[in-house]
Amino acid sequence: MKYFLQRLAFYVFTAWAAITINFFIPRLIPGDPVMALINKNRGQIDSHAIASLYILFGLNKHQSLWHQYTAYLAKLAHGDLGISFSNFPTPVSTILGNALPWTIGLAGAATVISFLIGTLLGVLSGWLRGSRLDFLLPVTTFISSIPAFWLGLLTVATVIAVGSSFPVSGGYDPGLIPHADTTFIGSAIEHSWLPLGMLVITTMSGWILSMRNMMVTVGSEDYITVAHAKGLSDRRVMFSYAARNALLPNVSGFSLAIGQILGSTVLVEIVFNYPGIGYEMLQAVGSTDYPLMEGVFLCITLAVLLANLLADIAYLILDPRTRKEG
Amino acid sequence: MATAASNVTAVAPTDPGATAPDSSRSKRRHLRFLSSPKAAVGAGLLLFFTVLAIVGPYITPYDPSARSNDLLQAPSWHHWFGTTHLGQDIFSQVVDGTRSVMYVGFLAGLVASVLAVLIGVTSGYLGGFASDLLSALTNVFLVIPALLLIIIITSSLPTGGETVVGLVIGFTSWAWGARVLRAQTLSLRRRDFIEAARATGESTWRIVIFELLPNLSAVIISGFIGTMIYAVMSEIILAFIGVPGLADWNWGTVLYWAQSQQALAQGAWWWFVPAGLAIAILGTSLSLVNFGIDEFVNPRLRNNGERGAKGADGRPVRMRVGFTPVVIPIPDEEPETAAGSGTGSGSATGTSGLVGSTSTSEDVAQ
Repeated sequence: MKYFLQRLAFYVFTAWAAITINFFIPRLIPGDPVMALINKNRGQIDSHAIASLYILFGLNKHQSLWHQYTAYLAKLAHGDLGISFSNFPTPVSTILGNALPWTIGLAGAATVISFLIGTLLGVLSGWLRGSRLDFLLPVTTFISSIPAFWLGLLTVATVIAVGSSFPVSGGYDPGLIPHADTTFIGSAIEHSWLPLGMLVITTMSGWILSMRNMMVTVGSEDYITVAHAKGLSDRRVMFSYAARNALLPNVSGFSLAIGQILGSTVLVEIVFNYPGIGYEMLQAVGSTDYPLMEGVFLCITLAVLLANLLADIAYLILDPRTRKEG
Repeated sequence: MATAASNVTAVAPTDPGATAPDSSRSKRRHLRFLSSPKAAVGAGLLLFFTVLAIVGPYITPYDPSARSNDLLQAPSWHHWFGTTHLGQDIFSQVVDGTRSVMYVGFLAGLVASVLAVLIGVTSGYLGGFASDLLSALTNVFLVIPALLLIIIITSSLPTGGETVVGLVIGFTSWAWGARVLRAQTLSLRRRDFIEAARATGESTWRIVIFELLPNLSAVIISGFIGTMIYAVMSEIILAFIGVPGLADWNWGTVLYWAQSQQALAQGAWWWFVPAGLAIAILGTSLSLVNFGIDEFVNPRLRNNGERGAKGADGRPVRMRVGFTPVVIPIPDEEPETAAGSGTGSGSATGTSGLVGSTSTSEDVAQ
């Protein structure tokens, strides 16, 4: 319990740090985002609108920094992330609310699938060291050096070149209205195959490598020798003795992987025009929509923290040593 | 490894007795590092890309931005990688872009390594409140999605350019290296040679620079290379999604134009295949160098020398998981018969240096 509370305190601290970074980026950066925006849209923004833009941004120069900060926190507490520039009257939170389920679904499914397959392959290739499974290593090294989005581009090109009718763009068939019925869900699942596949292929290698390494390390422990000496079946030693202990670093490595997976999800979404957060991010970068960008950053950071918390709970369940203290 | 070697020679005047074998050994070690095929291939490819980065812009057959009448041509003798929708030569773009990619990777790797050493070694060696604070800072930076932060910062900055992008990437990606270095420093600082140095009254600075850092050099270098991989990917991603300020040619901008001009729909595969392959090859070569370093540092991971190695009693030593042979005759010792502990592990041949990150992942897990 003590361990859990410590982790929780750390995540609260990190969330605060992320929020504060988010607050300070537009204020510390040399230059002025509002002026940059005005220069970009020369002639389209009325000069009278400048003052209101500053206020809209929360960059009101007549207020002290502390006042701005507290106002920012208060707005955030109500889920108010400001108003998107590119989709003018729409609040950022509405846009993110629409996009978030797609990204969470995609990244979540990809994480779970690649973790399961990768860990299993890692267990096998670590246990059966020197067998034919060793071919996995050079292959995964090369694959992990390939950017997921480029693999996505290749896939899209191949599907188009072959002339297949497999959907390569969007999250669902155009013409369908997003709501929970079988046609829509079926279409959504069909559209998610390719992006999901790309993510699983490119993120799996990390799990394979680290699991294999841990299996090799754990394989030399005395308790493995004892388990063999007791005459337990090889499968039982492999899964219940070696893999169970080798799994721990992988679970704690989860926290680092989840950020990376969300990063590649953002890009894969761009390639496949998937209607998630990554796509919104691309729009935001294209139109220098700072509130939207910052909203995306905050949203993803909080999602990462939440995933980390879940990984910690899993760790707590798997490793009795962390429970003993409390 | 150059860092380690130069540090060793730097100590030489004060301690001639201890360094004499070291300096002769360091030469052999250099050769041995490259004798691993993985490291040799990786270093060779890296050298190729470095040379290309230096001379690239001078040897391009065409001006990468110059338009011509050969619109969207497939690869041919005139245009090795084909042309774009404006008739620009893609081969020239890729060659010219190497410099930008390597420069950003190198700069970010350098910045991140310096920060990682400063923060990681300080927090590992000093202990106390400052250490906890630095450790918390490291963990915060580890968890925050750096790529998004980089995108936001670079797209809000009024001025762009490779240097700015490289610096931003470096300043946001040091945390991983700092964490590994901290773990390593924590384990080193209680070792006898550090204690001995402290007991003889050496200053903290001297201990850190001459005792600690040479022992950390492998970790630092592999962290540098890891950051370089990450930085190259990040820059390409930034250019690909069109973050302003990366106007010069690099592999990401090539992909950006390919994507935005619907190269896929037009079947212009030559537009995006070369740049992507270049990324993958550069990434692989950097990983290979890293595996080479891991094997070099951790003899247990090496393949060469395992086959045909003989124990002092003349019997061949069979390798297996977790078994490091000590080639000293030990009477009545039969290491091979331990019941079934090596089941399924087989001989360790063919296991590559990928095991290399074992030490790292262990350190981090703790």
